[in-house]
Parts: sequence; structure tokens; C-alpha cells
Amino acid sequence: MAETIRLELVTPVRQILSEDVDEVIAPGVEGDLGVLPEHAPLLTALRVGELAYRIKGKLEYVAIVGGGFLEVNNNKVIVLADDAELGHEIDLEEAVQRKLKAEAALESERKADEKTFKAVEIELMKELIRVQIAEKYKGAK
Amino acid sequence: MPGVMDIKRKIKSVKNTQKITKAMKMVSAARMRKAEESMTNARAYANKIYELVGDMAGRVEADSHPFLTARKEVKNVCLAIITSDKGLCGAFNSNVVKKTLAFARENQDKNIKLVCIGKKGFDFLGKKHFEVLSKYVSFGGKVTYDEANEIGDKLTEFYLSEDVDEIYIVHNEFKSTAFQVAKVTKVLPLSLGKKEDAADDTDYIYEPKAEALLKEIMPRYIQFTVFFSILESIAGEHGSRMVAMDNAARNAGEVINKLTLTFNKARQGAITKEILDIVNGAEALNG
Repeated sequence: MAETIRLELVTPVRQILSEDVDEVIAPGVEGDLGVLPEHAPLLTALRVGELAYRIKGKLEYVAIVGGGFLEVNNNKVIVLADDAELGHEIDLEEAVQRKLKAEAALESERKADEKTFKAVEIELMKELIRVQIAEKYKGAK
Repeated sequence: MPGVMDIKRKIKSVKNTQKITKAMKMVSAARMRKAEESMTNARAYANKIYELVGDMAGRVEADSHPFLTARKEVKNVCLAIITSDKGLCGAFNSNVVKKTLAFARENQDKNIKLVCIGKKGFDFLGKKHFEVLSKYVSFGGKVTYDEANEIGDKLTEFYLSEDVDEIYIVHNEFKSTAFQVAKVTKVLPLSLGKKEDAADDTDYIYEPKAEALLKEIMPRYIQFTVFFSILESIAGEHGSRMVAMDNAARNAGEVINKLTLTFNKARQGAITKEILDIVNGAEALNG
């Protein structure tokens, strides 16, 4: 039995990850799901959230900021995300700034029609996730 | 024979032109490298999503998503034509235009509507009798995923509202730096067909249900197809311009050589004439 599972994370703009990992924890639309080596074939949609993977016993985090899909097949996890950022690449200060801006935008769009409000809300959610993940790496820097 | 000064002036102007074409070639070369890079980066995603959609479409029934169902009567066809905003890139744009016109000729029974991406295509085809649904111009040789999404969503909208029954993309496929082929690709409806090989039919766990998943995947698939086509087109545009400018610079070199020869001849002729005059004058004095 394989001890690791291949994790590939790609966005339309670049390939972000391609590594053998011990475990993947992904934000599925119907709840978080953990994927261990030799997982059965699976296809799921992802929501905006945090994707974690364990590599050599250490947990690493990736911000999935845009939704996407996750496919498990042949001991391979393929994540297709609209946009994603590695945790240690996010600058906390910048992330907080952007979050504040998104909050302000949400406030000013409160009276707008539902569609724009939803869009702004999603933007804020993305920024929240970025901040959350950046904070996890705060001590490491 | 033109005067010596005239030729000199002409050489100078051709030299200037050559300088410009050389500079443009360099710029295009740099831009193309960049465009090619973003294309390579996107290719990983391209392979995966095409595989995913292909696999899924092969496993589900054809009527489980509107994008997979071919309409019985195809009256309105939408062509998304991707060209460049700027000219001076050889046959790059005219190939796309020609392809579009050929397509229109073959499908005369259908009503053809256009979505123009890039200024050149709009300038040329918009003035013909085609109906232009929307146009996207001057994104300046660069495209972000969000911009492409907007176009993709628009196409999806046209399709779902039954404004159009089929959507094609006409763009230059990037084969290599010097070689692009204009191609018509059918985008909607997807005609992948149910797969025959049962070995591929692994019992997938779908979360949520396959139909719901398709609803998520399909719009992304369309968006990405548009994005990738534009990336390809941009890389092709710069490649094509590079080649065109290289040719122009070389031609200018030839013209300069020819003009220099004429210039030297004219100069030599003038000197000979002067010597003759002097010799004749001296002889007249002696005689």
C-alpha cells in the first residue's frame, strides 16, 4: 500500500503544488473532507476555504480563494482551483488591509441589489480566509 | 537618373524604417516569450479540466446538462472570433477573418452572430452584414482570468437564453513561433459522446450529485476554454508579428543594398563627368 498520495494543485494561471503528501484536508462544498493514500475515486466541488496537507508529519496550509474541484483517482489528488495561494506566500499585513477594504465594500453595498451584494460578500470571505491562513504562519516568520 | 542627394535621403528613410521594424521584432520576441510562459502555466490546468470534463461527460447521460444536449434545430450560430488589437502581424488576423467568412459560406442556412474579441476582427467583420452580439477590444495584448471569465459568462448566457444554439471559437492555434493555424472549434454544445470503454467507468463518489457537479464544472470549462484560446491567440500574435517584422527588416536591408549601389553609381558618374569637364577645359587651353 502506498504511503503517500500525490497532491497536485493547479489554477488557470499556474501550477502551485505537485508533491507527495501523507494526507489532504480539503474544503468540500458539503463539508471538509480528509483524503488519505489509496482513497477511492472521488470528485467533489470545493468552496472558498482552507486546504491543508500533511507532508512529512508537518501541516501546511493553502488558501483556496475561488472555489474549484477536487478529484481523487489512482492515488492522486488533483485540485483545480480558480485561484489559490500558498499559506507562507501570503503577507499578513497586506491580507488584513485587503480584508478591511472588503468589509468596507460590503458595508457600502448593503443597499445594492442582491447579486452585487453576494459578490462582495464572497470577496470578503476570500479575504477572511487569506487572513486566517496568514496568521497561522505568523509565528514561523 | 535621380540625383545623388535624393538617393541619400531615400536610404536614410529606409534605414529608419528598418530600425523601427527591428525594434518591434525585439519587443514582440520578449512579449511572445511571456505569453508562451503563461500558456505553459495554464496548460497544466487545461489538461486536467479537459480530462475531467471528458470523463464526466462520458459517464453521465447526455441530457443531464443543457451544455451536453445538442439542440434539434440549429438556427442561430455564434462565432467568437479572437483576433489582435493591433496590426502589423502578417496574415495573423486575415487568417481568422478568412476562416470566419468560409464558415459563414458553408452555413448559409443559419443565422450567424458574432462575438468579437480583439479590435481587428471587429473592424473587419463588424462592417459586414453580421450581427455583433458583443465586442471586447483593447485588452492590450494581455488577458487576466477574470476578463476571460466575463466573456465566458456572456457566451454561456447567450446559449442558455437560446439566443444562439451553437457556439464556436475561431482563433489562431499556436503551433510554434512561426506557425499558427486559424481554427474553428465547437464549444457548445459539447459533443463528447458517451464513452464505450467500460474499464474507464470507475465507480466515482460524487459530492454533490453528478448533475449538480456538472452545473459547477461546465461554466468553468467554458470560461477556461475562452481564457486558453485568448492566451494562445496572444502568443500567436506576437510570434506572427515577430516573423513579419523580421521579414520587413530583411527586406529593408535588401532595399538599402540596392539603393547604396545606385548611389555609388551616381556618385561615380558625377565624378567622371567632372573629370571629363576638367580635362576638356585643360585641352581647350593647351590647344
